[in-house]
Amino acid sequence: MSETALLPAAPEAPAVPAARGRSARVLVLSIAGLVASVAMILLSASPDYFVTTLRLVVAAAGVALMVVSGSALGRQLFGPAFDLSFWFSVAWLLLLGLAVTFAPWLPFGEHLDVANSLDQPINASPDPFSANPLGTNLFGLDLLARSVYGARSSLVIAVTAVVIGTVIGGAIGMVAGYFQKSVDRVVGIFTNSLLAVPPLILLIALATVLEPRIRNIAFALSLLTIPGMVRLARATTMLYAPREFVVAARALGATRVRILFRELLPNVLLPIVSLAIVMISILIVAEASLSFLGLGIEPPEPTWGNMIAEGEGTVFEDHPHIVLVPGTFLFLTVFAFNLVGEKARRRWDPRSVKL
Amino acid sequence: MTAPLLEVDDLRTRFLTPRGPMVAVDGVSLTLAAGETLGIVGESGSGKSVLGRTIMGLITNGPTTTVTGAVRVDGADIHQLTPQGRRALWGTKIAMVFQDPMTSLNPTKRVGTHLSESLRFHRGLSRGAARTRAVELLKLVGIPEPERRAGQYPHELSGGMRQRVVIAMALACDPKLLIADEPTTALDVTVQKQILDLLQSLAERLQMATILISHDLGTVSGRTDRVAVMYAGRVVESGETRDVFAQPRHPYSGALIESIPRLDAASHSLLPAIVGQPPNMLNPPSGCRFAPRCAFAQDRCRTETPALVDDVACHFPLTQALEVHA
Ligand SMILES: Nc1ncnc2c1ncn2[C@@H]1O[C@H](COP(=O)(O)OP(=O)(O)OP(=O)(O)O)[C@@H](O)[C@H]1O
Ligand code: SF4
Ligand SMILES: [Mg+2]
Repeated sequence: MSETALLPAAPEAPAVPAARGRSARVLVLSIAGLVASVAMILLSASPDYFVTTLRLVVAAAGVALMVVSGSALGRQLFGPAFDLSFWFSVAWLLLLGLAVTFAPWLPFGEHLDVANSLDQPINASPDPFSANPLGTNLFGLDLLARSVYGARSSLVIAVTAVVIGTVIGGAIGMVAGYFQKSVDRVVGIFTNSLLAVPPLILLIALATVLEPRIRNIAFALSLLTIPGMVRLARATTMLYAPREFVVAARALGATRVRILFRELLPNVLLPIVSLAIVMISILIVAEASLSFLGLGIEPPEPTWGNMIAEGEGTVFEDHPHIVLVPGTFLFLTVFAFNLVGEKARRRWDPRSVKL
Repeated sequence: MTAPLLEVDDLRTRFLTPRGPMVAVDGVSLTLAAGETLGIVGESGSGKSVLGRTIMGLITNGPTTTVTGAVRVDGADIHQLTPQGRRALWGTKIAMVFQDPMTSLNPTKRVGTHLSESLRFHRGLSRGAARTRAVELLKLVGIPEPERRAGQYPHELSGGMRQRVVIAMALACDPKLLIADEPTTALDVTVQKQILDLLQSLAERLQMATILISHDLGTVSGRTDRVAVMYAGRVVESGETRDVFAQPRHPYSGALIESIPRLDAASHSLLPAIVGQPPNMLNPPSGCRFAPRCAFAQDRCRTETPALVDDVACHFPLTQALEVHA
């Protein structure tokens, strides 16, 4: 293996040769490393082979090996700029999206109806080679199935809320940024009052009057995203509105509506979308917190929040996987949305847009 | 003689700024016949852009802006029209080329879209017809491989190329009057000449009247029929470009002409610069506004504002002044 592929570049020689030819050896080794790491993680997840401490060590070693060989493989295939965590995030989101979409047709255990899980072990630990790869809960319901169906509610709620918030907040912000003056002042008062209410109190207040259904929770959460969207859309619009291309469009006879939609919207869209992606991750956490507090979707309908809440009391100590499984799903998803959103934001930051 | 294409009559543009009212254009009158070219020259801050935008109708009466006087294009007063009426003129009768091609194109729109949009809007062309016409326009302004360029984004084009696109945009709907506000200031010297030559040849070919705004008399000489020299919001001299060059009568025009670098001058000879600062437009000097910097100023100049008589606003026009001081 060519050592430079894995070692960080020495400080006195920062210019690692960028375009190295593909080395077959690195390719084979990194693929082998990936396979081995997957095997190690699977083995460590299964209760049959090692004692707990050893399982943790093997799991950690597996993850480390996966990171190392994954980035080596990526650099070999896609060049030195390969960003493993970004592609991992994309892969995770794609995988989750597919699982969520096709959940009813996948060979999962029972996720909802206790009557169908009477014959299943309860509080079973994860075992990749059993019918319940991620274990079961107190009612024998399959945790993998519940995590995927839980992702369904979490993602639907978070995405719907962000879409509502982006469309409404973005439109308000653009109008305020373009027309300014009194429109802007009214919008400023509106956003500032929304920001003045502590989000948790706003949510709890809404949760007490609204039925805990997906639609209502999405609506309540969208209120959290609106002020941020208004501000970003307003600031970006104000950045672009005085540009000469807007005057030029006007001087060719474009109406104000046309200028808003055709000249300003495309420029405002990119930063807005980047923020929206990051906001999805925030709302996933917010929704989980609501469910955890018993204010969101009610069990047995799974969401990550109410699944984590099942670990209350001594359950977590006796059966840590009840919390760790949905917690890992939540963590990975939030992490992935954050990373993708950040990358998008850096790429499309209005201040760094090249003209 | 037929009525002129453009008549500007005693135009004044006044801004209410936080530091007080400011008259950026102070009583300018101009006429321009169809197909004629006019240069407007003056230092930075003399109000050339404000004049151009007020003629265009982009600057109109508003909460902080007052426009008086008249701008008639084909007899219709731009400032008396409704916003819809103005929009109907923009692009079709009167169009503008802006200074900076870096910012006058939308970074998120393809080159072809910039052109086809106004064609569809004003001319009601179909998508396909507008596209064909867009490619024709790109060819007209001398862009090689117009089909490929139409599909590119502005940042993929060089500065000169972009300015050609901006010109093509302005020409899309065959305007009768083109206002080019320092169209080459942001470009490399070598590209400047190409763009100016392009504008000149297009104006001739399309029989389009042109107003060429520049801070540099050299840009305007040889490319315009007539020239108006602006100082502190006012036209101080106007006339046939050839005549003004050969025999400037206003001391400011004379100083501007003397400060043009000459090829025949010794390479290290110092350019005679105009001494002093441009006037503060919030509080302009009384009398002749050029008086604090004028080599020929006399007491009368500082108290009595010279009127524009016989196309020159000076109490002691140059030939006469030279005799007085000789
Ligand atoms: N919208 C506005 N509000 C207030 N003042 C303005 C406005 N637009 C321009 N001005 C002022 O009007 C004066 C004339 O500006 P203008 O842009 O016409 O100068 P210019 O001759 O085009 O100079 P340059 O060669 O630098 O382009 C300047 O003092 C400028 O600050
Ligand atoms: S009026 Fe007097 S100060 Fe003004 S330009 Fe003429 S000579 Fe100079
Ligand atoms: Mg200007």
